[in-house]
Amino acid sequence: MQFRLLRNGRMGKIEIQHLTKDFPNRRRNARPGDDSGLQFGDRIEVLRDIDLTFDRGEMICILGPSGCGKSTLLKIIAGFENPSTGRVLIDDKPVCGPSSNHIFVFQHSGLLPWMTVWQNVGMGLRHMPGNGQRQEKIQEYIDLVDLTGFENYFPYQLSGGMQRRAELARALAVNPDMLIMDEPFSGLDFLTHMKMREEVVNMHEFIGKTILLVTHNIDDALIMGDRVVLMSGRPSEVKLMRKLAFEHPRNYEEEPELNELREELYFMLGVSYAV
Amino acid sequence: MPMDGSLKTIYRARLVSLSLPLVGFALGLLLWEVLVRASGQSAHVLPGPLQVVTSMGELIADGTIFKHAVASLFRVTAGFYLAILFGIPLGILLGRLKSAWHVLNPVIQFLRPISPLAWIPLAMLWFGIGDKPAIFLIFLSSFFPLVVSTTVAVGAINPVYFQVAANFNLTRLEVITKIVVPAIVPSVVTALRITVMIAWVVVVAAEMIAVQSGLGYLILDSRNALRLDYVMVGMIVIGMIGLILDWAMRRLGRIEFARWNAGQG
Repeated sequence: MQFRLLRNGRMGKIEIQHLTKDFPNRRRNARPGDDSGLQFGDRIEVLRDIDLTFDRGEMICILGPSGCGKSTLLKIIAGFENPSTGRVLIDDKPVCGPSSNHIFVFQHSGLLPWMTVWQNVGMGLRHMPGNGQRQEKIQEYIDLVDLTGFENYFPYQLSGGMQRRAELARALAVNPDMLIMDEPFSGLDFLTHMKMREEVVNMHEFIGKTILLVTHNIDDALIMGDRVVLMSGRPSEVKLMRKLAFEHPRNYEEEPELNELREELYFMLGVSYAV
Repeated sequence: MPMDGSLKTIYRARLVSLSLPLVGFALGLLLWEVLVRASGQSAHVLPGPLQVVTSMGELIADGTIFKHAVASLFRVTAGFYLAILFGIPLGILLGRLKSAWHVLNPVIQFLRPISPLAWIPLAMLWFGIGDKPAIFLIFLSSFFPLVVSTTVAVGAINPVYFQVAANFNLTRLEVITKIVVPAIVPSVVTALRITVMIAWVVVVAAEMIAVQSGLGYLILDSRNALRLDYVMVGMIVIGMIGLILDWAMRRLGRIEFARWNAGQG
């Protein structure tokens, strides 16, 4: 991918203040094997008092056990859900609903399956004045993610990796301050995963937008992140937050500190023997 | 040459798939002929295939059959389009607006199982005689299935697409035109295919009352004249037009706009 077009002012400072999220239990009978003792109508706490501040232009990787509320946190930051208490500020303005300033990249494809790659990428550019200018811009972003020649393909005709790239192009085309990615590499084969990771790191180094990324892959977080956040199981709290000031491309052998952190993270997530 | 060999395989498969249905029809005709001969009934009670074909020739020659077929098709088309015009927007509304759904769904579910034929007395009283009551009955037969399947289709849209829409600041109108409508097209086309068959079945019954034309009228009128061969001609034409309608609706399902879910099976 080439990123010559994407330089803009670094934006997207995120402050999360005293954020909690809970919802009432709607189950009348406990699930088999559930020993939480929850009654009908009890509050289920998903997020408990989250306080985090991220700088502009950082790549933040959020780790945590599955079902811990990472995705809920992302959806609150994106404005798709409301917190129970607390608030999220982006560039000092409270988040009140979804906006094209912070684009969500969905875990499984968020491309609209009835639109071609061209139409999907053009979605955020509907109101651009001048048809010629608009077409040029769509083409630029399609070229950017190396999908030239696939403009008129429908998502189901593309491979998993190409679908992620098309969604990335659609997100970048509206020039958001921030990208929010929910497990962006899940479901990709090993090689495509590695390549996409590299491409996202390159993209981030170049465009400097804030990227908030949820993953369950410790290596993804350590190789990519400027900052790694570890969340505990439900109710989710911040267990660890660390700045990672290592040069890219990163390598465990050359950065013993990174390797130590890796083992620590594995241990904190309940795995005693990290390979 | 392998190329020729594989082409031959394709053509042979195509020939088989085209000829097998004809074998089915031929077997049916044979069974019919055998039954006629074995029963020993007179041609007035149970006409044989040959006689029905001759009678069909008569009705084609004097144009009667076309007149009736066109009359029936007109009523089905009118009633069906009215049902689409009202049913699909209502279905979208019910699918998008939870409160409207809670209010109207019980009423719709209550009216749905009432056969359109039960409405005949009311239809005649309200619309008199002629095309109108028949069109009204066709409308009723298609309207409720279309509303229900549209509502279900809207409810089944992946919520992610609405989040994408919100993320890119789509207006309410754009959500309908760019998300909801294209998302439901494949299921709505399937619903149309089923519904047009219901409408076609109902038109015959509707034409047995209060009209002087149409295939249903032809059948009723021929029975009164004790021309069972004409009755059978009417039935055969109904079957043939039904096949054509189904084929046309399947073609509709193959246009690109309705095929975005091809990859999902």
